[in-house]
Amino acid sequence: MIAVENLSVAAGAFRLDGVSFEIPAGRYGVLMGKTGCGKTTILETICGLKPAAGGTIRLMGDDVTGAKPAERNIGFVPQDGALFMTMSVRENVGFALQVRGWKRDRIAARVEELAELLAVTHLLDRMPTGLSGGEQQRVALGRALACHPGILCLDEPLSALDDDTRKTMIGLLKDVQRKTGVTALHITHNRVEAEQLADTFIRIEDGKLAVLPAPRTNGNAKGNG
Amino acid sequence: MSTVTAQNIGGGNRAEAWTGEPISVGSDKPFYIALGILGGVYIVLILGMLAADIIKAMTESESVWQTLGQEEIHYSIKLSLLSCTVTTILSLWVAIPIGYLMSRHDFPGKHFIDALLDIPIVLPPLVIGLSLLILFNLPLGVEKARLMGTDGREIIEYWKLDDLIPTAYTKGAVVLSQFMVACAFAVRTMRVTFDQINPRREQVALTLGCTRAQAFWHVVLPEARRGVLTAATLAWARSMGEFGPILIFAGATRMKTEVLPTTVFLEMSTGNLAAALAVSLLMVFASVVVLVLMRIWGRSNGLTGPRIA
Repeated sequence: MIAVENLSVAAGAFRLDGVSFEIPAGRYGVLMGKTGCGKTTILETICGLKPAAGGTIRLMGDDVTGAKPAERNIGFVPQDGALFMTMSVRENVGFALQVRGWKRDRIAARVEELAELLAVTHLLDRMPTGLSGGEQQRVALGRALACHPGILCLDEPLSALDDDTRKTMIGLLKDVQRKTGVTALHITHNRVEAEQLADTFIRIEDGKLAVLPAPRTNGNAKGNG
Repeated sequence: MSTVTAQNIGGGNRAEAWTGEPISVGSDKPFYIALGILGGVYIVLILGMLAADIIKAMTESESVWQTLGQEEIHYSIKLSLLSCTVTTILSLWVAIPIGYLMSRHDFPGKHFIDALLDIPIVLPPLVIGLSLLILFNLPLGVEKARLMGTDGREIIEYWKLDDLIPTAYTKGAVVLSQFMVACAFAVRTMRVTFDQINPRREQVALTLGCTRAQAFWHVVLPEARRGVLTAATLAWARSMGEFGPILIFAGATRMKTEVLPTTVFLEMSTGNLAAALAVSLLMVFASVVVLVLMRIWGRSNGLTGPRIA
């Protein structure tokens, strides 16, 4: 579960106060708003990459407001994937496990499992350079999910993709979220994307936040509810 | 349909968009000829310089070879290679942390430090040597000894930095003189390199369980490899040619603090052009080798950082 209460976020001269919302465990939350409205800053603050200027953040019941990013058990998928360019796809996906000191064969098994889930098995020995946008996002997703995070934060993960790839990725995201039971927070400015994915729908307009009922075009995403 | 498009693009009304007289566009040739001439002069000068060195060396090959056989020259070559390598390693040790901090973090006084880091680049090299010499000989205010002067008055001798770390006129002074200038270039290069690396990647690493140090070590530094190579090349080449500060702070003592530029200076001052030329060619050769090596290593994919060539 992601519970944000009266959060204040700041980036340079920008500031947004009174951010409150809750995404129940195992649900898919979508945060929508125009470019520059503070969506990414909220996400970065939840991930611990920016300090909260006020308020509290609770993830899976724990208050993590002042915790380091590493302590929050979050999978983060940034806009362009931000894959590690000097590592192969296999090393990218297994990175979090390597940092945690997992044994080699255990890492290999987990990487294979994720690669199968995300259909990137054939890419495992490639370097990130030369992967298509969709492939990069799949790898970034695998890397984020590797050590079973409770929370998945996605920052406009589909914005750079063509329409067909986007459709496939939306299907994949729903599927992955249902299978892993992860609580997702997905940022987008694309209404169609939001309608297809959201269980909980949050909108920022004119510096105000509104939590709306999920658009009911989204039929089957409550698998783990 | 096409009228509408034209109007939209031109932004004016229909009449304006279509009454323009056809203009005769001149040739682009003069432009490129001018660029070619302006740039060409410099290229020809570089090639001419190198060619002249080689021709001169060939006409005086006997004394050139004789110079290269001398023990003093061997010493100078060894000291140059060694001091440049030590300087390069030291410069990287300092430049990578400074470049990273300056690129990623804001802190009070950052602008001041940024300006300060450029001082060794803009200062005349001789002034750096002189300043080092003065720094190491500045009385630290702690009394070392009291001596009786010839006129019977007491002279107080104070400890100075050079007593604690004897540096002036030693090989240490050679390295420090080179380091003061070379490091500034390495710092600039590393700063630009880290600026070009998307901080998102290390942020992702942080969420994946890394400490700052692990994110730096596993993610940032490998991606900065080309920048590190460029910084190393610049630092090495810069120290190879350093002369002014060395002359003042380390002196020009044969078989002690003599590096290749010092040799050129000493040989020229005794009128031995052939020997100066021989040593100069050595430095040209070393620079070309380093440049080529760095270009080959830096060509691999996925590396970030400014190319030196």
